[in-house]
This record gives sequence, C-alpha cells and structure tokens, in this order.
Amino acid sequence: MDLICNFPCISIVMCILGGIVSSALKGRAAKYLNAVILLAATIMSASVFGYTIMTGESFTYVMGRFPAPWGNELRAGVLEGGMALFFCVIMTLSLFGGQEKLHTEIEPQKLNLYYILCDLLLSSLLSLVYTNDLFTAYVFVEINTISACGLIMISQTGRTIEAATRYMIMSLLGSGMLLLGICMLYDMTGHLLMENIHQTLRASVTAGKFHVPLMITIGMLCVGIAIKSALFPFHTWLPDAYGYSTVSSAAILSSLVSKGYIFLLIKLIYRVIGFDVIYASRVTDILFVFGVAGMIIGSLSAIKENDIFRMIAFSSVAQIGYIYMGFGLGTQAAMVASVFHILSHAVTKALLFLSAAGLADASDGSRRFLDLTGSGYRNRIAGIAFAAGALSMVGIPLFSGFISKLLFAEASVRNSGKMLPAMIALAISTILNAIYFMKTVIRIYTPVKTDQGTILLKKHKLFAASMACFIALNIFLGLCSDWIVDLIETGLEMFV
Amino acid sequence: MNTEKRSVRERFRDWFYGDTQAFDEAMPMRRQKEHRPDLEAQKEYERERARMREHVFNVEHNREMWLFRKCFEIMGIVLCVLMVCVLLIAVSYLPPTGHADNPANNEVSQLYVEHGIADTGAVNSVTGMILSYRAFDTFGETNVLFIAGCCVMILLLLDHGILKSSAMANDRFYEPKNDVILQQVARILVPIVFIFSIYVMLNGHLSPGGGFSGGAMMGAGMILYTCAFGFDKTRKFFGERVYTAVKVTALVLYGVMITYYYIMGANGLENHIPLGTPGAILSAGLILPINLVVGLQVACTMYAFYALFRRGGF
Repeated sequence: MDLICNFPCISIVMCILGGIVSSALKGRAAKYLNAVILLAATIMSASVFGYTIMTGESFTYVMGRFPAPWGNELRAGVLEGGMALFFCVIMTLSLFGGQEKLHTEIEPQKLNLYYILCDLLLSSLLSLVYTNDLFTAYVFVEINTISACGLIMISQTGRTIEAATRYMIMSLLGSGMLLLGICMLYDMTGHLLMENIHQTLRASVTAGKFHVPLMITIGMLCVGIAIKSALFPFHTWLPDAYGYSTVSSAAILSSLVSKGYIFLLIKLIYRVIGFDVIYASRVTDILFVFGVAGMIIGSLSAIKENDIFRMIAFSSVAQIGYIYMGFGLGTQAAMVASVFHILSHAVTKALLFLSAAGLADASDGSRRFLDLTGSGYRNRIAGIAFAAGALSMVGIPLFSGFISKLLFAEASVRNSGKMLPAMIALAISTILNAIYFMKTVIRIYTPVKTDQGTILLKKHKLFAASMACFIALNIFLGLCSDWIVDLIETGLEMFV
Repeated sequence: MNTEKRSVRERFRDWFYGDTQAFDEAMPMRRQKEHRPDLEAQKEYERERARMREHVFNVEHNREMWLFRKCFEIMGIVLCVLMVCVLLIAVSYLPPTGHADNPANNEVSQLYVEHGIADTGAVNSVTGMILSYRAFDTFGETNVLFIAGCCVMILLLLDHGILKSSAMANDRFYEPKNDVILQQVARILVPIVFIFSIYVMLNGHLSPGGGFSGGAMMGAGMILYTCAFGFDKTRKFFGERVYTAVKVTALVLYGVMITYYYIMGANGLENHIPLGTPGAILSAGLILPINLVVGLQVACTMYAFYALFRRGGF
C-alpha cells in the first residue's frame, strides 16, 4: 500500500490530537498549532486528491487489523479527496480572514478553546467525508454538532447563547432522527458498513421484504439531515446562529458544517440505500418541493431583513434550497449540479460573511443598512469582496454562482416532469437574489460624507489576503468549471 | 483677575468664544449637580413595562396569543402522536427480537463471539469489540466527551479573580458547611469507591466494566469527596493544572496508541504488542492501557462538569 493511503487516517487523528494538545496551551500557541494543522491537513488532502485522480480508482483503508465488516474503514475517491481538500482550504481562509475580529470578541483565556473547537470540527468534517461506516459517521456527527454549538456561543452575548440553545435543540432532534434511521437500517441488514448495507438492502428490496420500514427509514434519515443542514421548514435556527456569532464562526458554519451533513446525505443516497431505491420511494419529490419553497421563502425573508448578517444568513436558506432541489430532480446531472453548488456556495458565503464584517467595522460596528451607506469606500477591500460575492450569488458569468445556476437549469431541462417548476423557481429566486444583493451593493457604494475613518489595507494584510484568495477561488471555480464538473462526475461514478 | 472691569458685552463675548473658564467665579454659572437616578421614575417605568408585558403575553387580554398557544400545544401533541404511530408501525414490520434468523445474527456477530478471544485477547468480548474491532468509533466517542467538556468551559468557566472573590458566596452558599454525617460517610466510602473504580478499569478486559464505567465511578468518588470536604481540600490534589495535565496526557497517550494500532494494522505490519494469555491481568495488548487512559479522562471530565456547574472553576 502506498504511503498516501495512510493520509486520510493520519489527517483525522492529527486534527484530534492537535485539539487535545491545544487544551494545555495558551491562546497564541493554540493559534499557531491550529495553522500548522490546517496546512498539514490541506497538503495531505491535496495528495489524496491527486493520488485518486492519478490511479483513477478509490481505495479503502482498514482502521486497525480487522477488515470490514468487522472493523472500521475509511474510503477515499476523487470526490472525497476533493471535498476534504476544499473543506481544509475554506476553513483556513475563514479562520485567517476573521482572526483579528476573533481576538477582539473573545475573552483571551478562552481563545485556545476556540481553536480546539476548530481542530475537532475539521476532524469531524474529514471523518464525515472519508468514513465508510455509518456508525462512525454518527459519532462524528455528534462531535460536529457540539463543536458547532461551541463556535456559536463563544462570543458570549445574550443572543448567541439563545441562538446556540435553539441550534442545540433542533440539531439534536436531527441527530436523534439520524440515529433512529441508522438503528433501523442495522436491524434490517445486520451491518453498519455502507457497502454491506447496500448489498443486503438490495437483496431484500428485490425479495420485496421490509418495504414499510425502509420507507420510514429513508424518511428519518432525510429529515434528520435536512434539519441539521437547515432545509426550508427547519431553518428557523439558522439566522440567529449565523447572524450573531463571531464572523469566522459564521463563515465556517455556513460554508462547512451544513455542507458536511449534505455530503453525508449524498453518501447515504448513493452508497447506502441506492439511487434507484431513493428515487422509487418518491422522497426526492418531497425534497424537491421543500427545496423550491426554501429557494423562494429564504430570499423573501432576506429582502425583509434590515441587518446585513441576517440577510446573508437567510440567503443561505435559499442556497441550501438549491442543493436540495438538485437532489429532488433525481438525475445524475442534477446531482452534479448540487455538488458543484456545494462548492460554489461555500466559497461565496464565507466571502460574504467575512467582507460584511469588514464593512461593519468601517461603520462603527453597526450592521444596519442605513449605517453601512458608503462603507465600500471606507473599507475598499471588503467592498470589492462583498461586490464579488454578491455578483457570484446573483449568477453573473465569470463567477462560480453562474456555473451552478447553469448546471441546475440544464439538469432541469432534461427532467420532463419537474422542468417547469424548477425553471420558474430558478428564475424567481435569481431575481429575488438580485434584488437584495444589488440593493446592498448599491447601498455600500453610495457616497456619503461621514467623519468615520477609512480602514487601510496595510493594517489588515491577513484579512485582505484571505479576501483575495476567496475571490480568486471563486473565479477559478467559475472559469475552470469544465474540469471540476468532470471530476465531480468521475467522483460520483466511483461512489457506486 | 480683573474681570470686574470688563463690560457685560465683553464678558459675554469671551464666554461665547470659550475664553473664560466656566468655574472661576467670573461667570455666574452653577456647577452641575451630580446625576442621581430618580428611583420613583425608574420604578414607575418598570411597573409600566410589567403592565405592558402582562397585557401582551397574558392570554386573558390577548386573544391571538391564546390562539397561538392553544394551536402550538395541539400541534405538538398531534405531531408527537403521529411520530409515535409511525415508529410503532415501522417496528411492527421489523424482524422480531431474539429470532435466530434475524439479519443482525450474521457473520459479523458470529466472528465476534467465536474468534473474539483469539483476535483481541480480551475475555470480555464487549471491551474487545469496542477497543479493538471498532476502535475508531470509541476514539471518536471519547473525544465527544472531551469536546463537551470544552463547551461547558466556554459557558461556565470564570476568570480567576472573579472566582476568588466570589468563592465563599458560591461554595456552599445554599448547603451546610462541614456536615458531620456526610464527612463520616465520605471517609468510609470514598476510598472504597476509588479502589473499586481502579479495579473496574484494570479488569475491563476480564470482567464487565472498562474505562468508561470505571472512570464514571472515580469521578463520582471525587464529587462525593468535594461535597463533604469542600473545594479547598480537593484542590490540594486536583486543581486546574492537574486536571489539564491528566486530561491531556491521557488523551494524547490514547491518540498515540490508537494511531500506532491503525497504521500497523492497515499496512499489514507486525504488531509488537503481545496479546498474552487470555484471562491474565497483563493481557489483551493495548486494551489494558487504553482502558486506563479512558478511565482517567472520563473521571476528569465528570469532576470538571461538577466543578464548573457548581462554582465555575476548580
């Protein structure tokens, strides 16, 4: 076995160990350790990604001496490697971009706790991406939930505590559903490993056994993950959780945590239950309806909002709706579009949150639209970054948002039954997106005379560098989309 | 100062341009009174707010609120009943418990039962399963406890200064100090609890128990000790430093051992840790040290939860 095959396991354990060691360190040392870990995890994920592209096939890694179905297993293909690399990069950039803000908002003796949470969150995301075992996935979903809660409440104001409580209740409900679903799958198949469940389930579906419990299990799993990733009717925890937490937490939560769960759902659909079984169960229709509703209602709520962070948070509801609409269309092309939208949304939303924090800083920390007038001139790099993010969200060519909308439109044209509602929803949602994002861009570039000082680039090099990286990544996704879409297709084929 | 000689107009001009100081007796100005909050007005304001609150949230005045609450309750009950029905229906279709032909009785559990002792060296096959076959899950589960401890620290950990100044107020504010009955009972019980917990940890691979249960017992023993004798006595052997040191050492050791196990196993390399004779105390390879470190970590976390919830520090 090649050395690179060890990397998924090493990167997960390294993140956990880093978190553990950080609990004995002071804030500054924990920060450096975290940076080293992020860098190493990025390099390892990149090599796994490159290795799977070169060999052209996925590999499994036995965690310990006992092969599956007796022991735990990891599995890495092109999609897993790419996702892991992407998560590491976004996490690094979000943490660097929000670092200055973080140090002002958190009590100094609790700073190392923040980096512990980040390390363990990364380990749980990597495990969710790589795992080949449903129970391991559940264990790391737990770690993910608890650390996300910590990330929300670390800047202790009343609103973050309230938001964290709400997140905790909703998220634990989702975890509970997921656990019930996994238990029922185990009862029906006697396995926890994804491939073995898939084979046993296939046999029992052809034999006509377990039809009712299987349907209920699929419902449980889908609803559980939908609650955790804030699909429309379950999105009420989202605006406060993203809107009031410290900015790098908001960026990480919106672009990584919910995406980790969605990636788990993709794994469940392809590798555990089977695409055709899911499609035959008509659960995709329900996901489609709620996805479309989320696209429109999320955008409408964002238009009504008077607080820039909450507006961006509500826009997340709409974007999650896009992803679920892709699942709902139930074709391979739509799935590719959804995966691409995961990438595109993660890049753009983190950029928007970080740049909005920059704009708010240039306006005496106010987040209301009236006070943000002209802040694009006072903090130029944040203004440019916000404009780029907004253009990408609306779907202007050159940016990644355009490609994902194009892919969704193409996918919906090929689906005869759902073409009309999908197209109409895409059009309405795009217009609504344009209304609230362009309103904000015009607002921040309206000249106004104030005595508020400008924020200079020189003093915020880390922030500026992270903004530049995000914009570059966004344009890279927009320009090299053919290559990426090909890779996603290969990755999804490797899944089966 | 010769201000008396200047005319009123000049003096006004000086004051207007800010040339005269306000309090040098040159201008007939009164010093501002110290701000004193009007307690009556404050009370009136609060009373007003309470009345408003009452008016909005009291169901007798607010028909909408009443309707909302009723609907909320009814919907909640209906949803729960529906969920229960759905789950009961699902269970009724699932294979019956304890049947020999169930899907769960397959080659997986068969191997655990038949080859467990030979593979892991642990007589207690549950311990063998969680620490050897499915070691990754257990490592994750231990870290769930670790991260939960971190989150509680974020919420409840107080600054050292605050902790010291409010130590008396928090510690035993509501409870009697130096309760003789409790102390006598603790004197007898705590050593027994400690010894039994160590026994459970060390015999995890031989008899029921293991790191998690032994650690929980040890934590309970420490909580009992603290209840009886107070934080000052406990801090002599278990302060924040010791807590951090034990927690970090235990978890790092666990991480290193488990990484060794993963990498050796996955790459097909020879495992240098002997399994020993099943049934002996020094057997089962890595399971014994892992049980010990898991036990220490669980005990630390248990006690930390108690200390943080009671007074926000150690």
